[in-house]
Amino acid sequence: MKNLISERVADFIKNYPPFNLLDSTSIFQLAEQVLIVYKEKNSIIFTVDEPQHAHFYLVHKGAVTLNNAASSNVLDYCDEGDIFGLRPLFANENYKLEARAHEESILYGIPIDIFKPIAKKNEQVSIFLMESFASNTRNPYAKDQKGQLFENEDEEEVTKEVVLPDLQLASYSKKLVTCSTRTTIKKAADIMSKKKIGSILVTSNDLPVGIITDKDFRNKVISGEQPITASVKTIMTAPVITYQKNLTITQAQMAMMKSNISHLVITQDGTPNSTALGILSKHDVMVSLGDNPAVLVKAIKRTSKIKKIKQIRKSVMVLLSGYLEQNIPLGLIAKIISELNDTCIKQVVEISLARMDAPPPVKFAWLALGSQGRSEQLLHTDQDNALVFEDVPEEDLPKTTTYFLELSKHVTKGLNTIGYEYCPADMMASNPKWCLSLQEWKNKLSYWIGNPGPNEVLMSSIFFDYSLAYGERSLLDNMSEHIFRTVGNYPIFLVHLANGALQSPSPTGFFRQFVVEQDGQHKDSFDLKSRALRPLIDAARVLILSHSVKAISNTWERYEKLAELEPNNQELYMACSYATKALLKFRTRQGLANHDSGRFIQLGQLSKQEKMKLKRTFKAIKEIQELITLRFKVTNILG
Amino acid sequence: MGLFRKTPKNLPEFWINYANLFKETQNKNFEDLVFVVLDTETTGFSFEEDRILSIGAVKIKKETISVQEVFDIYLEQEKFNKDTVHVHGLLKNGQRDCISETLALEKFLDYVGNAIIIAHHAGFDMGMLNTALERNGLPKLKNTVLDTGVIYKKTLIKSYLVQPKTNYTLDELADKFSISKKDRHTALGDAYITAVAFLKIISRLKEKKNFSLKYLLR
Repeated sequence: MKNLISERVADFIKNYPPFNLLDSTSIFQLAEQVLIVYKEKNSIIFTVDEPQHAHFYLVHKGAVTLNNAASSNVLDYCDEGDIFGLRPLFANENYKLEARAHEESILYGIPIDIFKPIAKKNEQVSIFLMESFASNTRNPYAKDQKGQLFENEDEEEVTKEVVLPDLQLASYSKKLVTCSTRTTIKKAADIMSKKKIGSILVTSNDLPVGIITDKDFRNKVISGEQPITASVKTIMTAPVITYQKNLTITQAQMAMMKSNISHLVITQDGTPNSTALGILSKHDVMVSLGDNPAVLVKAIKRTSKIKKIKQIRKSVMVLLSGYLEQNIPLGLIAKIISELNDTCIKQVVEISLARMDAPPPVKFAWLALGSQGRSEQLLHTDQDNALVFEDVPEEDLPKTTTYFLELSKHVTKGLNTIGYEYCPADMMASNPKWCLSLQEWKNKLSYWIGNPGPNEVLMSSIFFDYSLAYGERSLLDNMSEHIFRTVGNYPIFLVHLANGALQSPSPTGFFRQFVVEQDGQHKDSFDLKSRALRPLIDAARVLILSHSVKAISNTWERYEKLAELEPNNQELYMACSYATKALLKFRTRQGLANHDSGRFIQLGQLSKQEKMKLKRTFKAIKEIQELITLRFKVTNILG
Repeated sequence: MGLFRKTPKNLPEFWINYANLFKETQNKNFEDLVFVVLDTETTGFSFEEDRILSIGAVKIKKETISVQEVFDIYLEQEKFNKDTVHVHGLLKNGQRDCISETLALEKFLDYVGNAIIIAHHAGFDMGMLNTALERNGLPKLKNTVLDTGVIYKKTLIKSYLVQPKTNYTLDELADKFSISKKDRHTALGDAYITAVAFLKIISRLKEKKNFSLKYLLR
């Protein structure tokens, strides 16, 4: 029975191989029998040795990884439009790999007994399947996308599977920017700045004859050798070194070293006598290797598409797990990863600004709150943010607010696209209560500080860890000063904040055993966030606020600053600083291993040594809580 | 025996078959429950005055919707309200094959069985269906009903800052969960959007303590 849903399914599958090879009757025949399967993040679709399903799968929304269960290696990553789980059905054997939903996903289950006869009848489909089984890639076309190399500006070939570099094909930029030999040097430089690229290909009759890089400008133009009105021919490096496509990374590196150059030109047949397909630069090689934060920052800044940032963030995760494996100090890791996250957010704000009809009416600042504000966010979590804009005359306020709310909606949606979940408590700048003018914020902050009920204290504790993600720093400083002034007038606020910092449940029980969760989904696991990290974070906040230190929002940096300010407590503060880092590293490792937020820890999975390490950090928690109780005389108000 | 309400006599066989399904004890395991997600398009908002134009529904078993098993029917109209036509584009005796109200109800009861009914702002759809049943001399639906508008609010954290809105439209839900709004304002299209939203809500609520069907009904 043809219906709206089957039409919807058909509309989707007809775009992807091998279905794009089928006639519409066959597509509808298939679509009517499809199962639409919802899979929550991390759930398993099939496991190794599981008997065949009656369906194979096409990813409609989300992403699925195919894993080698024994080594937990990700062997393939299926995005929207990719098929998986087909080969075992043809080979008539059990599944050899485990398929797991990498994100919340919707899959189309395509019935094999209907697909098989269709595939057999259609020669092209059979060829596609044979090739894909033989080459062991999902889509043999991916290697050879003839004809679309120039128009298809969005994708540089992304090879996501982690393979040895000497087998991995180097991806090259197909966004070829060229000029003719008669172009002036100035014109060429203009083009390059506009496209933010470091090299331009010089062609004559569509054949590559030379290449100009930033270096050529420096050495041959600025040095005065050539005027900027001269033609590019006078400064280009010629002849170009050309190669065929399907160059591996190692081959590309060798070729560059051999000729001492940083750019290779990929041509149709590998010689300078055929048209150019793209340029492979040292930069591309580095991105393929994926281990250089500077390259990633550059790649993020260059992109004008939010979806692309999502791709790059996958590399950030590869980078993170590499760092943890190499045991690089966590302070350093956090700095690099936060820097990358900040760059992503900045770029999302930039892209969103470009999509607005008008430039912002006044200056504004985009604030990161919570863990992100503290630069302690290593894994993807929720987004917590706020927006503050310069004060405007009262009659302009509604108009201005509307503008920034609109902008915030774009930004939060963009952040969601690149992997930050929406905040379930709606603490986001797209909420009219978190998108205010400077004066409105000041009023709100004064209210919180002057009326410290449990809610106000909670709000303050989330808000006071803000840092600037984008925009005008002076707005932020202005707010910080206001906070210190107000706290000075209402010292009782600190007592309430201190009291809040003592409310976290204790990590260990009477016999110094771990306290685990009693019920719910995380029964019998240890809540690392609320029992160990939060007490440290809360304590650092109240102490630093009592010293009126601004612009330090990171917890271990706060403790380091405190150690400097109070030499008599130096030892304890340094222990807290260390404990915070150790716990965060713990959480990040757990999160990467289990592909979640790392908040809950299965104690059974820990080694004796790890448990000891964890318990050592609890000593610091206990001592800092005692210090706070004494210093702020918390017991008085609890009575 | 005034305690028991008198059941009208001469109920048709399809009703008796439907009612009998509820005599067996239902499965308590949440994973094994069958859900029917439905939406109705109507001539207006009055239970008495207005009529159902179409009913669309999809069935969810183990987080899976089978395209073959969707429900999509259009009803013959004696009454016609010009004002709502532009919303769903269903014209009286338009291109679609229409069936009588009685036959539509019979088919619907056969489809829904004892499944749990899910709808967005379910009160309205249930009201329309129950009034239609009454018009045909039949009792009310016996199914358990869940409203996505209500259970969505359970996914939100309550704080004094964010009083959840009293009302979330299907459009807002689709935006929140990035569900394509294609085929919006057709009964089946809306039912599908509601179904995906329902699955996403459930996966977020599963993490909560004491998650069960009872929890959803509270």
